[in-house]
Amino acid sequence: MVPLNWYLVLAAFVFCTGLYASLARRNAIAALMGIELMLNAVNINLVAFWRYGEHVERMEGQIFALFVIAIAAAEVAVGLALVISVYRSRRTVNLDELDLLQG
Amino acid sequence: MQYWGTTLTDFFTGLGLPHAAAVAIAFILGATVLAIFAPTLALGLIWITRKVISRIQDRIGPNRLGPYGLFQTVADAAKLLTKEDINPANADAVAYNLAPVLSVFGVIMSLAVMSFAPGIIGADLSVGVLYLVALGSLGILAALMAGWSSNNKYALLAGFRVIAQLLSYEIPMVLAMLLPVLLVGSMRLGTLSAFQSLEIAGFNIGLGWLVFMMPAAFLIYFISALAEGEQTPFDLLEAESELIAGFHIEYSGMKFAMFFLAQFLNSFFLGAIAVMLFLGGYQGPFVDQLPLLGVVYFLGKAMFVYVVIQWIKGTFPRVRIDQMMGFAWKVLTPAVLGLILWQMVAMKLPVSIWVQYGLILAGNLGALAIIVLLLQRHLVREEIRTKRAFEPKSLIGTMRPVQPSGD
Amino acid sequence: MPGLDALPLPTVQQVIFVMIAGATVTGALITALAPNLFHNALGLVLTFFGVAGVYVLLEAEFLAVAQVLIYVGAIATLITFAIMLTRGMMFGRTSSTNRQMLPVAIISVLLFLVLMGLLIHINWPQVGAQLGDSEQMIADIGELFVTTYLVPFELMALMLLVALAGAILLARDN
Repeated sequence: MVPLNWYLVLAAFVFCTGLYASLARRNAIAALMGIELMLNAVNINLVAFWRYGEHVERMEGQIFALFVIAIAAAEVAVGLALVISVYRSRRTVNLDELDLLQG
Repeated sequence: MQYWGTTLTDFFTGLGLPHAAAVAIAFILGATVLAIFAPTLALGLIWITRKVISRIQDRIGPNRLGPYGLFQTVADAAKLLTKEDINPANADAVAYNLAPVLSVFGVIMSLAVMSFAPGIIGADLSVGVLYLVALGSLGILAALMAGWSSNNKYALLAGFRVIAQLLSYEIPMVLAMLLPVLLVGSMRLGTLSAFQSLEIAGFNIGLGWLVFMMPAAFLIYFISALAEGEQTPFDLLEAESELIAGFHIEYSGMKFAMFFLAQFLNSFFLGAIAVMLFLGGYQGPFVDQLPLLGVVYFLGKAMFVYVVIQWIKGTFPRVRIDQMMGFAWKVLTPAVLGLILWQMVAMKLPVSIWVQYGLILAGNLGALAIIVLLLQRHLVREEIRTKRAFEPKSLIGTMRPVQPSGD
Repeated sequence: MPGLDALPLPTVQQVIFVMIAGATVTGALITALAPNLFHNALGLVLTFFGVAGVYVLLEAEFLAVAQVLIYVGAIATLITFAIMLTRGMMFGRTSSTNRQMLPVAIISVLLFLVLMGLLIHINWPQVGAQLGDSEQMIADIGELFVTTYLVPFELMALMLLVALAGAILLARDN
């Protein structure tokens, strides 16, 4: 079998790319994609720990991963709706130009 | 019942091969057979479509090349493959070239879980039904990529329509597929087909088709499948008059042929899924005695559904986009949700299994009756409204001078 | 050659893992680094498929199919849809990254290096427990959702409904 730490390293890599994309990208949609990457990395970890854990019959990792997927779906729906309504009023989706609250 | 892989593996190990090699050869052989089967099937399907449609339109159809024009599609395929391959100047090269591959891939992969006969199934996945649904989303993605990357506004418009239509109709389709799964208690397509047997005095006549128990679910699935397969009356995605063939407008030659192949195979496979879930799969008389007969039954039923789809294509007009979306969200989805609720309650009642089946059938018939009544009322009202709008008399007194508009 | 047979040969599963991980990593890098937004979305789809492959390797077939169904079928489609609706932004001459780019890049790389250093040195289990029938596992998930996890499950349903209504309200054209 594949050792557990291979999965964990893969998840760490995906998480870090997601972190970079969500913080460094200018476009709001690209930042959202970064968040999706991070959520996927978390899911890899959850399922991997479930598989190599002691109580596989409890299904905790899989169930948590399913919750995360559902939350990701809701997050994307609301996030993209925000992006579209912002684009409609400001004609931009660049995060550093959306500075109305900056006084 | 023996799984085909085991039979082949036993045969090869009998020839003196090591076990691992025998397994590998058996599965490569199976995959090759399926991969050759798909394009051959598509050629046949295109020929059938052209023949059926031309008979409906009182024409003869292809009749020059070979008996009954059977080789016409082969010639057409050769022509398509040798045509010039055009890349639009501002097309997004990666997505543009990937889209046709992805669309064919998504369709052909569904062959892996088709249960052709007892034991003859590529891989009897424990998530078979869900796997088929997941592959459907690849088709959406391919259409989207094609529509975007062609850098053509008609292709992009069709891309928008693809998302709207396919995502809307995916919901009633998946929920309708859930009903047999709920009853059988398994997502394995082999188990689903095996469930639909009917034994009379110890002899399996193979007519325990679920469509007899849940006709409403079957109809909902079939209508949604028409929309998913982009078939008339839901073929707005390629509406020649408005969108000039939709998202694959910029494609030519080989790449266009791949979209073409994917579309024909997709409508056949959607019919085949209907056969596996509702029309008994490989079940039929004497299938227990002669398992290979199952292949004949399965392909025969799937072909019958395919011809019905072509019949609809030849006779129905195209619906308007608001009618189409309204039908999915206001009629099909509530109906199928009601059916699921009813079936869950019926299956938990402490009565014998045949009473439960009867209750499910009653629920389905009730749902059908309600849908037909509501639709009839709606259509009658719509007709009166249209008549009023076009009757010259009723317009007198209501006519107002046309307001000059700003632009 | 001395020492060559001391090297452990990779098993088939490990080779498959490396292939899937390669696809996932490529997808993640395209998502984070490619300047074209549409290519980002395609990279994201590749990552989603890679993660689904990881689930298959971990013998969570249901989750793998759910991943393809929800992430590729719904989330990636929605993202592409949003990209198309805001496509005026894509061809600008501004750079695709903002001012925090350099510190964020350094932090991300450092975080990955620290995590990897930690993960490699801990003695993790090498082999997982034996799993039961895969069909029974799906039934178990379903049952747990309506018994142990009933309250979170219902809350999740409520949240999805609220998100749906909120998204419609936000994106509606008035």
